[in-house]
Amino acid sequence: MDLENQKRVKEFAEQYGPENVVVLVGAAEGEAAGLAAETVENGDPTFAGPLTGVQLGLLCYHVCEPEIKAEFDANVYEENVGMMEMVLDVDDICEEMSDIRSNYCKYL
Amino acid sequence: MNSVIKSASYVLAHVPQMVIHNGTTQTTERVVNPDGDYLKELPKHLRSFKDCVEYWPNQVYIGNKTPEELEAVEFPYYDKNIDGASRYGKYGEIMPEDEFLLLAQTCDVFEVYYLTRDFVAATRPKLEADPIITDDIKGRIQEGIELSEIEKLVKEEAAEGLYLDGKLVGCVKRAHDIDVNLSAEVMHENIMNKATGVLSLLYLVRNAGINAADVDYVIDCSEEACGDMNQRGGGNFAKADAEIAGLVNATGSDARGFCAGPTHAMIEAAALVKSGAFRNVAVVGGGCTAKLGMNGKNHVEKDMPALEDCLGAFAILVSENDGVSPEINLDILGRHTVGTGSAPQNVIGSLVADPLERAGLTVNDVDKYSPEMQNPDITKPAGAGDVPQANYKMIAALSVKKGWIEKKDMPEWIKKHGLTGFAPTQGHVPSGVPFIGFARDGILEGKYKRVMIIGKGSLFLGRMTNLFDGVSYIIQTNTSAEESQNSVSRDEVKKLIAASLKEFANSLLGTEEA
Amino acid sequence: MAILKGKKVIVIGDRDGVPGPAISACVETAGGEVVFSSTECFV
Repeated sequence: MDLENQKRVKEFAEQYGPENVVVLVGAAEGEAAGLAAETVENGDPTFAGPLTGVQLGLLCYHVCEPEIKAEFDANVYEENVGMMEMVLDVDDICEEMSDIRSNYCKYL
Repeated sequence: MNSVIKSASYVLAHVPQMVIHNGTTQTTERVVNPDGDYLKELPKHLRSFKDCVEYWPNQVYIGNKTPEELEAVEFPYYDKNIDGASRYGKYGEIMPEDEFLLLAQTCDVFEVYYLTRDFVAATRPKLEADPIITDDIKGRIQEGIELSEIEKLVKEEAAEGLYLDGKLVGCVKRAHDIDVNLSAEVMHENIMNKATGVLSLLYLVRNAGINAADVDYVIDCSEEACGDMNQRGGGNFAKADAEIAGLVNATGSDARGFCAGPTHAMIEAAALVKSGAFRNVAVVGGGCTAKLGMNGKNHVEKDMPALEDCLGAFAILVSENDGVSPEINLDILGRHTVGTGSAPQNVIGSLVADPLERAGLTVNDVDKYSPEMQNPDITKPAGAGDVPQANYKMIAALSVKKGWIEKKDMPEWIKKHGLTGFAPTQGHVPSGVPFIGFARDGILEGKYKRVMIIGKGSLFLGRMTNLFDGVSYIIQTNTSAEESQNSVSRDEVKKLIAASLKEFANSLLGTEEA
Repeated sequence: MAILKGKKVIVIGDRDGVPGPAISACVETAGGEVVFSSTECFV
């Protein structure tokens, strides 16, 4: 994850309390989505950014995961994300995300 | 009449040492994690020049192989080299690091670039043996200075080192003591951009079969910025490149738009020529040292070669209609506007579906689409997916929504209208342009009638706007013969006017007589 | 229980996946407050 984005995530978690923060990602691949989730839950696995060794345990979803999608207005989702469901490997993304959540998320 | 694509050139400079010293992934790592494993492991993953030349996607980039041939190669590509492949190609070449360092020396006009005497002596015959290198450029080679002087500049003056096989062979000095826009790092980045731009212009002139003096305008569409603290990004790479490449009659300017830059520049070039303002406009994009090894961490982690070891550059010549070459049709332009938004369907809609609909066409009327042609060998292991394929899936998915194709036919449609990515991840370089050479050849052979070139840009990276960007245009078979058949010639118009005036005069005479 | 309602939401979009602003538009319909929205680019 971009170093500046890691810095902002860390600041917001401190400012609002990690239990009040949710991170939503839009990554193109399961692996990249999982990497982003791991970064905000268990720390930066690439040891490069401000979240290195910081286990925030934030709740993190990909925008295409069914439990998140269910909370959106269906029309707005369709207009903004709908087409990408035909493009992305949603099953792979969901599998990666739930794996990371069950291992590292502290606010499930 | 529409302007035409007169020629295209594509070059690579294999610069493994710059991956280590100048790629931002590595320079960042040296700041945040200097003792980490990555910087220790990376040198073991750098490719030899031979491996770089024999790499399939690179052979496609310089025109020795086609994207169709690449499609038949089993993925991944890095372990399936083409034995004995040539560094020279139909569209350009792959230059090794030593020759490139010397070429870059000839591009320095402010005495900031130094090489050792020994290095210059050893490399000069090699560079001079390259048939594209002009006598002008050979005459610009400087003899070099002592290694001790270079070591001193690096240690005491914050000069940026130039390396070959791990050894210091030169440096780039800062051009100002205080101004960060003229720091050694920025000067290095800009001179390398310039050197690759120059090389691509040399090939452009050769491939077009014109004289260098015939080019009258150059648009540079790279991602670097040259200027000083009072006008950062003031420019102008275009004219700087043109000077070294011997385009004595050219003026020029820089156009920027992140990865969409080349597509904007091509539309501008086509408009300049169609309007009659200029006759031969060269669009040039130089290489980007910052992006070398951008995804290197993933490549090293997956124990594969660090594939982002080349600076990429291209140049396209847009000229007056010659009655033969493929045309740029300015009536079918895709535009991502301020109001388009960033939803992927809106982006693709504005760039692909809308312009086609305005022209009364559908996606099926375009033979090939060239969106972002990033080589998946580089991006897939980095978790960024297969970028061209994702673009094709988006176009196909939108076409399903439009009722142009059936959902079940998506994979087949993508195979027919899509391409395999082969371009280095140099930002603007993969953006539509890598296929223009093949599109030109394919249209001339009658293989394609229409090819759409799509450029997209991440403007939000500049922190000035959250907007996305993109433009697209169509290259098509030359239609000037049809146009002249359908239109009435000037002489015919004169005859028609004369006849009707005579008729009118007669009618007046007739009225008076009556 | 709702995941997003009343929460501070950080959006990390992807240029080649779903971009930040597209995700933010959805979040607002679910009662989440977007405190930061960014789009990453790997190419």
